[in-house]
This record gives sequence, C-alpha cells and structure tokens, in this order.
Amino acid sequence: MSAEPLLSIRDLRTVFHTDDGLVRAVDGVSFDIGRGETVCIVGESGSGKTVTGESITRLIRTPPGEIAAGEIVFDGQDLTALSDEALRALRGDRIAHVFQNPQGALNPVYTVGWQIVEAIRLHEDVSKGAARDRAVDLLDRVGIPEATRRFDDYPHEFSGGMKQRVSIAMALATNPDLLIADEPTTALDVTIQNQILSLLDDLQTEFDMSVLLITHDLGVVAEVADRVVVMYAGKVMERGGVFDVFEQPSHPYTRALLDCLPGRGDGAASIGGRLPSSTDPPAGCRFHPRCEHAVDACREGEQPPDYAVDGDDDHVVSCVHYEPGGDPSVVRGGGDDAGSGDAVDDDGGDGRGSGAVGTPPADRTLRAESLGDDGSDADREDRA
Amino acid sequence: MTRPLLDIEGLTKHYPITEGVLRNEVGRVRAVDGVSFTVDRGETLGLVGESGCGKSTAATAALRLEEPTDGRIVFDGADVTAFGDAELKRFRRRAQMVFQDPTSSFDPRMSIGESVAEPLRVHGMRDRAKRRRIVGDLLERVGLDAADMDRYPHEFSGGQKQRIGLARALVINPDLIVADEPVSALDVSVQADILDLIDRLQSAFGLAILVISHDMGVVREVCDRVAVMYLGEIVETASTEELFEDPKHPYTRALLASTPVADPRQRGQGASLSGDVPSPSDPPPGCRFHTRCPEVIPDESYDLDDATWRAVLNLRLRAESAGIDVAAVREYAAADDDDDTTAVDPAAVRAAIREEFDVPAELPDPDAEAAVAAALDRIVDGDVEAAADRLGEAFPTVCRRERPELVPTDTDLAAAEWRAIKGFRVWVATLVDESAETVTGRVRERCGEGADREGEVDRLAVRAAFRLPEPLSDSAAERAVGAAVDALLAGRAGDAADELYDAFGPLRESACHLG
Repeated sequence: MSAEPLLSIRDLRTVFHTDDGLVRAVDGVSFDIGRGETVCIVGESGSGKTVTGESITRLIRTPPGEIAAGEIVFDGQDLTALSDEALRALRGDRIAHVFQNPQGALNPVYTVGWQIVEAIRLHEDVSKGAARDRAVDLLDRVGIPEATRRFDDYPHEFSGGMKQRVSIAMALATNPDLLIADEPTTALDVTIQNQILSLLDDLQTEFDMSVLLITHDLGVVAEVADRVVVMYAGKVMERGGVFDVFEQPSHPYTRALLDCLPGRGDGAASIGGRLPSSTDPPAGCRFHPRCEHAVDACREGEQPPDYAVDGDDDHVVSCVHYEPGGDPSVVRGGGDDAGSGDAVDDDGGDGRGSGAVGTPPADRTLRAESLGDDGSDADREDRA
Repeated sequence: MTRPLLDIEGLTKHYPITEGVLRNEVGRVRAVDGVSFTVDRGETLGLVGESGCGKSTAATAALRLEEPTDGRIVFDGADVTAFGDAELKRFRRRAQMVFQDPTSSFDPRMSIGESVAEPLRVHGMRDRAKRRRIVGDLLERVGLDAADMDRYPHEFSGGQKQRIGLARALVINPDLIVADEPVSALDVSVQADILDLIDRLQSAFGLAILVISHDMGVVREVCDRVAVMYLGEIVETASTEELFEDPKHPYTRALLASTPVADPRQRGQGASLSGDVPSPSDPPPGCRFHTRCPEVIPDESYDLDDATWRAVLNLRLRAESAGIDVAAVREYAAADDDDDTTAVDPAAVRAAIREEFDVPAELPDPDAEAAVAAALDRIVDGDVEAAADRLGEAFPTVCRRERPELVPTDTDLAAAEWRAIKGFRVWVATLVDESAETVTGRVRERCGEGADREGEVDRLAVRAAFRLPEPLSDSAAERAVGAAVDALLAGRAGDAADELYDAFGPLRESACHLG
C-alpha cells in the first residue's frame, strides 16, 4: 500500500489499574488500516483485541483504563492527543462502532427509526424529514424488508439478525470512514451470520469505508479480511495479508490456532496450557510457555520485534525463529507439525547466538510459580 | 448390533400461550414437535440446529427435566414416560447432563470437591471418605489433580470448569450423558481439549452421549451420528461422515454452506439463506423450511429458475401473511419525488414491489408473468387479500401443501410405514425385560380389538393395531417385521426388539419432497 493509511496505530499501550495490579491489556500494538480495507484482529478471549478497538475512540472507561502510550493517527490526526469533546464529535461520525450484542446497542423505548434519525441529526444539521428519508433508505440498504413500515417499530419487534442490521444502519448513518465491528456476528446463528457478513462486504464497497473487524472466529476472518492481525496476551504475534496468514501461518501461535479448529475432519489439536496472567505476563515471547518451539531466547527479555517473513514487509511475525540468520523451518516444520524436540534444540543454538535478548527478568521464579498454578492441561494429561 | 440405550419416539413439547385471568389457551409454542431418535451405548449422537429449533428442549424433555407433552421415551427397556418419582430418581442417576456455561453451573461457595460429590450425596452415599476417594479419582481422570477438590470454582479457567462439570456428571456412573453446547462458551484453543476428553471418557466408560450444538464443526469432531433439527422437527439423520459428505436435506446443505471455512480461497462460496427462522408458535404448513428453502420445488407448469421461483414464492407468502403495506410501498416509491403519496404512478409502485422481492421486471415465463402482474395490480388497488389468492392459485408448491415426513433413504419404505414401524418398535422395546406371560397379556391388551372370533390375538391383529400393512413395500423390512411379530406372539419381546433394531438400526433419514 503506497497511499497513506486511514488509520495508523503505533505502539499502542492500554493499561487498566486494578486491585490485582496493572493489567497491560494492549501492550505495544501496531498496525495500519488502509482506505477501503478490511482488517481483522483475531485472538482468544483476553488477547486484548476488544480493548484495541475501544482504544481507538477511547471507549475504554477511564479510570481504571488509560492509554499509557502510543499513537493512533486517523487521517493525519493523532486521536490520543484529541480532547474528549473533539473525540465525541468524531465518534459515531467518521468512526462508527458495531457491537456484539445488538440488543444492548439499541434503546428499547424508542423506535428504531427514531434512533437512526437521532444519530444522523446529532452529527449533521438536517431537517427531520430529510433525516427520516435517509433513515428509511439506510434500513432498506441493510436489508430490512419494508423499511418504511418497520421504521416505527421498536427493537423488540426485530429478530437478533434484524437488530444487528439496524445497528449497522445506525453506524452507517453518518457515512463513516471507519467502521469498527466487534464480534458483530458472534451472537447470531450461522445462517444469519452469513447474511450479515455479506451485507458488511457489500456496504463497504458501497460506502467506500474501512472496516476493523474484531473476532475470535478464524472462519469469519477468512471470509472477509484483507489483512489480519493475530493478537495474543496484548501483543501482536503476526500480521499480514489474509492469504499469507492462512496459507503461510508463521507464528507458532497462529499455526496452533488454525490447528485447533474443530470439524475440518482431520482431528483438532488443542493449544495446551492457558493464557498467561494478565498482571504478570511471562518475559520474552508471551506465547513461549505454550509454544512447542520455544528456545531459551524466547524466554528472556521483551517480546521479539517484528521480523519480515520471507522478506515480505507486509507479512511480519514476532518470533525469534524469523530473525535474520534464524531458521524459520523449525516452526514451519516442513509441513509436519509434529515438531520433534531435537529440531528445536538444534536451532536453539542459533537463537541464543543472536544476542538479541534483553535483560533477564527479576521475577522469574514468581512467574514460574504462578504459571504452574495455572496448570497446563496438557501437562496434566501427560501425567494421567 | 444390540438394542439402543435410548429410543425416543414422537417426542413433543408444546408450551401453551395463555390469555386473561382464566388462562385460556390461545395458542401453543411447538418447541418440539414429534422428534424420534435413538442413541446406542458407546455412541455419540449430535442434535444440531439454529437457536430456537428446539434442540435443547428435546434433550430436557427426553430426560423428563421438563414433562413432555407427548411421545415415548424408552431407556434400557423401560418406559421413562410412565416412571413414578422413585423410578425417575433412579433414572436420573443413570442419565446426567452437562451444561453450556461452566461458570454458572457451579455454586461459587462450594469447593469443587463438594460440587462433584453432591450427586453422590443426593443418591445416598453417606461415607465422606469414600466420596472423596471417588471424586479425587474422577478429577484425575478428567485431567485435573485430586488435590484440586478443595479449591473453589473461581480458581479454575473455563476449560477446567467444564472438565469438572464432566467429572460431576460422571461421578454416579451414568450410562447416558446429555451435553448441551459443551464447548460453545470456551475459546477454540480449549475446545479441542474438551472434545477430546469427551471422546476418551466415552470409550473409557462406554457412555452413550447426546451432544447438543449449533456448531457443525463441533458435531463433526465428536459425533458418530447427527440429527439435524429445524423448527421443532428432525429434518435429517445420518452418520456424521455421510452428513458432511452428502447432505440430503436442503436445510442441512444450507447449514453446512453457511459455516465459514478457515480458508480465504473459499470465501463467498457459502450460499446465503434468506430470512429468519419462523416462530414456533405459528409454524408454516407443509415443510417448515419452505419459507426459506433455496431449493423449494417449483410448479412443473412454469419454466422458472430456482432463484426466480423463490422470489415469486416470497411475494406470495408475504401477501398471504398480509405483510405488504401498500401505503408504505407508495411512500417508498414516492420518496424521491414529492409528498403526495396518492398520486404516485402505479407503475412505480409495481416496480418498487418487484424490486423489494427481487422479482425480475418481467418473468421469462408468460403465464407466470401474467399471474404476477395481475396480483401486483390488486396490491396497487389496495386489495392484498385478492392478490394473495391469485398468487396462491397460480404458484402452488408441494412444499407448502404437504408435510414431508422422515423416510429412510436407503429402503423402499413409505413414510407412513416407517412411522408405524418406529411406533411398533418403541412399544416392543418397553417389554424386553418382561416375562412371556406379561408380554402376551400386554399384546392382548394392546391388540385385542383385532382379535378373531375365539378371542385369539394373531399376526393380523398385531399388524392392524400398529398399522403395519402386509406386506410392507420393502422386502427386508417385511422379513424383519414378520419375524418380530411372530416372536412377540410367542412372548419373546426381547427377540422381537432385536429383530427390529437389527433391521432398522440407525438408518439414514431425510424429510424432504425432493427425491
């Protein structure tokens, strides 16, 4: 992409001050969204994907939340430097949100038409009649049958899928440049999910907008994404074009995530263990306690920097095996994921030799304890 | 092949809709409407469908957690529908449930050891040390530590809690487990673990498992057989492999096509299913899926493709449900011009309606076009009812006219015959543990009406009582039913049941007018 991206996030850090300590929900996340592009953030619960989306328009509750560092440049403007008031004008106007639960996004005591009209008139100085015409048009475009008649219906008179269509219509009311959709189809049945996804796709072309879609479902990602950001424990593990990520998954986490999808007929393999503690994440690569390819270099210092995969700057991965001079075939395993321990050990030498590791963490025993406490399921099954 | 552990026949659960102080019944929600399936020992049956299709209700009704409105439930040779309180309690010891949300299914103030041991206590095991021993052993079998039993639910992750849920279900050594969406609340990375655990527990304990899920992927992963439900009915049953390789029912096909595949090269290939699931309080007549079915059977007299037929039918169905608001369409057609909606050009209104329903401006078939044009004229005149009549006359479909029933796809049996055989079989299954005298007595009771002059119940009387025509259209079926009737008359109900279950084990069935 040569043109300036619409949204550019650099080293975003969003933290929450909790009783248990500082939770680094988003910890140094960077990615771009080009104009007219669909970017998907994918990750498990607790990966920080939702907080990333909410940080963009500062929807996170402050306190306890806080955007501690980083830049969010939207169309040449740094949103982190914007006043609350300026941000409020932007939110719902040029950047719109669609949430997982359409029930919660609609006010039950107003008709859906009125709510869309309100959204339009909040950001634009138009007459009620004109706003109404546009609202009917929007309802029609999101596929509500007989939009004129349904205009005066209340949210409870719509099914879940129809409600999500209404909330999409509301988000589109001001012709946004960026639509942030957080798990927009997770609460819906698959047949309805399919309708909503193809609707989003059509609307994106029609309105020429960018979409940031946040989901845990790799099937949804494969269906709509242009580019993919894979998150784990607040960090970006891998990011790249959708074909690159699905056909050449490079980070061990991405590979594991793809392998654990049930129902492809070839047996699903789970990722052993569980998400690391949010207040006390492991040093080095956040994924190393669950990674079968982890070497010493993975366990120390900071999350590895982004390395280009096969020299492609648009496909980067945060894994020590990809550093210049490293051997990525360890992770890729020549098509066989069995990943023998020998191969890992052999290449561990390479990883160590690079000297790209930071200071060793002071609290490693503590970490080990808390992780042991978390209890890796895989380990336990081995014992049993 | 042995007899199945669970045989459900014609299970129905209706919820009355009442009105006023007298609670007059004004309608009923047909949550489950005549569902039949069997689960063998060591088998996993998946019940799959969209939300609101009645899959969970079917399961709770099968365990009599909710009283079924109708139907027969035979569990290991006993008629569960006839159970009294004591028998029901014994039955529940043998049939356990695992729920979707592992967090809300545990009391946060009880240690998990207490939670897991509770069923033991309820069912009368007073020895605390023994309870702890059993619980500890079981926790280890589900991949946790025995020492975990003194910890509390909040100390465990969702996946671990679901393991504990499984341990609690297994603690009283049940024969059947009903797992309602066992992994939908979990992250994909732990789903595979739990599914694998279910698989291993099944082989270790020889369990029969009924898995309820909306996720085709999950079903494919753990189930041996699958029953697909839509709006309270089973539309197709098949072995998992057959179902995914060669789905017979259009709904199954649509469900599979809608499931997103994690392969960006295959995007956009899932055919979208239009519309929402109709309300189970007023299910469509005929095939319940016909209002959304992309393969709805066109009338032979027209030359229209599937999509156009679907569009015309949508127009017809909407007109019939009085869902076309002419004033609104007028307003829509006029929106660009002026506010005087009465003066809108009728042609514009007609065009707007065609556009709304994706009906082409001119249908390729002249007869069809004439009918649609006439109907649109009536709509423009404000007489939607007349339009509905016209459309209903002109565009009939067998899918709306006749209700398809489950038919075994690999036999020559007709739907009525298959229904009769299943009814007969489930009745015989309740007698398998009875003595020959009791069996003969029950047969006499049930089939007495058709007895001959000497009061003797013979083959013909039994067949008449169960509406089993002689001969059946399928020769193998005829042989099995003939042998079963003979065995039954000889008082050998067990042999009769074996004959029937051997011949009609888990057959592949589909309920569709196509083919």
